[in-house]
Amino acid sequence: MKAFNKHTGLVAPLDRANVDTDQIIPKQFLKSIHRTGFGDNLFDAWRYLDEGDIGLTPNERQINHTFVLNQPEYQGASILLARRNFGCGSSREHAVWALLEYGFRCVIAPSFADIFLNNCFKNGLLPIVLKEEIIDDLFAQVASGQRLELSVDLPGQAVTRPSGELVQFAIEANRKRAMVEGWDDIGMTLSHSAAIRAFETSHAKVMPWLFVDR
Amino acid sequence: MAPRTLYDKIWDAHVVGARDDGQTMLYIDQQLLHEVTSPQAFEGLALADRKPWRSGANLATPDHNVPTENRSLGIDGITDLVAREQVQTLDRNCKAHGITQFDILDRRQGIVHVVGPEQGATLPGMTIVCGDSHTSTHGAFAALAQGIGTSDVEHVLATQCLVGPKALNFEVWVEGTLPAGVYAKDLILAVIGRIGTAGATGHTMEFRGPAVTALSMEGRMTLCNMSIEAGARAGLVAVDEVTLNYVHGRPFAPKGEHWNQAQSYWHDLHSDAEASFDRRVALDASVLEPQVTWGTSPEMVVGVGGAVPDPDACEDEQQREGYRRALDYMGLSPNQPVTDIHLDRVFIGSCTNSRIEDLRVAAEIARGGHVASPVKQAMVVPGSGLVKAQAEAEGLHQVFLDAGFQWRDPGCSMCLAMNPDKLQVGEHCAATSNRNFEGRQGHGGRTHLVSPATAAAAALAGHFVDVRQR
Repeated sequence: MKAFNKHTGLVAPLDRANVDTDQIIPKQFLKSIHRTGFGDNLFDAWRYLDEGDIGLTPNERQINHTFVLNQPEYQGASILLARRNFGCGSSREHAVWALLEYGFRCVIAPSFADIFLNNCFKNGLLPIVLKEEIIDDLFAQVASGQRLELSVDLPGQAVTRPSGELVQFAIEANRKRAMVEGWDDIGMTLSHSAAIRAFETSHAKVMPWLFVDR
Repeated sequence: MAPRTLYDKIWDAHVVGARDDGQTMLYIDQQLLHEVTSPQAFEGLALADRKPWRSGANLATPDHNVPTENRSLGIDGITDLVAREQVQTLDRNCKAHGITQFDILDRRQGIVHVVGPEQGATLPGMTIVCGDSHTSTHGAFAALAQGIGTSDVEHVLATQCLVGPKALNFEVWVEGTLPAGVYAKDLILAVIGRIGTAGATGHTMEFRGPAVTALSMEGRMTLCNMSIEAGARAGLVAVDEVTLNYVHGRPFAPKGEHWNQAQSYWHDLHSDAEASFDRRVALDASVLEPQVTWGTSPEMVVGVGGAVPDPDACEDEQQREGYRRALDYMGLSPNQPVTDIHLDRVFIGSCTNSRIEDLRVAAEIARGGHVASPVKQAMVVPGSGLVKAQAEAEGLHQVFLDAGFQWRDPGCSMCLAMNPDKLQVGEHCAATSNRNFEGRQGHGGRTHLVSPATAAAAALAGHFVDVRQR
């Protein structure tokens, strides 16, 4: 996994609640058997006016100029400011891959859906939960026409606003460590292979019917 | 021991221990695989020179992008070459690793969440994962079943463990009896309407109470299936005689002495009387009416006798904006009666409602009638090859065909429109599936989530009607 330590970047606002993973990356792009190639289709149905499909390049598409990510002031944004329950719906990890590939390193929202949140941690996309009032305030700041840059410090669990004001955020300690270190998740679990084998042996005594060859 | 919930019991029985980083490893008894979210996981294994921990703990079937016509052509019937490669990749990966797969030509092929229970591969007390959010379906069997992303698909393949924090406990207590014409689908839509799509985030939901125990396994699966739409990590229903009767005798269910051992273990799979839940919500089933979603989130739902809400009546600004956007997308007006919503297509299918009981209910309503002429297409997509065969043995397919419905081959189909079955821009569809998100059933398509009974009745009328008044 990509390690995450500190990051400073431009904020793009996506002012709607309950953004589901079908919007983040529509289903026609899930037919790919690869982990890459999703960035151009992030928010596809909002970013473009025509229906997209695998293989079409952005040059062949009709751009929706009113969509926030197509506006000149948000080009190069790496922090997405979002509303509550971001990432709800389908478990597709392609949503996280698409956000990362587009260039986002961090999503700030009042809440995230569970599976999406987990997928973020598995890929080094930092989900930051801030209070609704602070989120409102950040949206207002962006709406006022200011170019908003934020500095995110994961080890220090803080977001620094342009005024210098520090906003602390909570994050589960174990997941934070894994992200800061960029650990190989599977490798770490496999380092406990002996414990898994031992569990499996005792589990097979409790539930032998689960260990019958099909 | 302190009283425990059903979730606590299954969790405790599967904890392997803590990793060096402090995270808990939970042993996974079974992983279900399909073509869309597994290729990158197998590729990851290969790149790291890893092998599946226990191939026998996996079961695979292609479902998301298989066509629902001309099944006898097998792989060649998939005209979309990108989709075809994905199905072939699943085939190749299963063969390479000795994983049981019901391939596209197998009569047991179907939607993975229909196939698992049908085969007795889903059993009480198990931990189950699948790279699909509707894995929650299997919770109907008192199995802890969670949807996961592809990194975790790879992680479980490699280690047989899922790593992460435990969820909180959420009780949904349902009193009373569902009235005639009102089904498990209406109940879960009403729950979501009540608590919202983030209502159970961070929780595992257990459905309890007389209206829940009165449900068949099919109905319980519908309930648990959509617990993800309430934000829950998993849904659960305790084991009872209905569960045991369903499981007994299925191909992968325990046999002989194992059946006796299993049964005695499963009897404890319920929440203890004094168990405490972090959150509780209670509903009375007897006052429910058939539900219809009007918007672009499953929480945007009303009774069939109601009307589309007026955004101006919302106090919350974000909700008001969300309602406005939804009405604009759906092409509906504030205060428009639900029964005035006219339909272009009807879809009966999906992991929510494509089981034999669902088809029986829909066929009973379709019997002797005919799909209304403004409806361009009404399709019935059975959940599996075996559901299809059973329905045909009962003559249900003929009832549907006589009434002008199309009778298709099994798959996810128009629930998410990854295959050729999709809505055109602006079309309204009565769907028995689980998500009414923008574009879910096709670019610009407009989905209304309903029960199979309401979908069938709407197909005959051309607009929504109250099935209780037929």
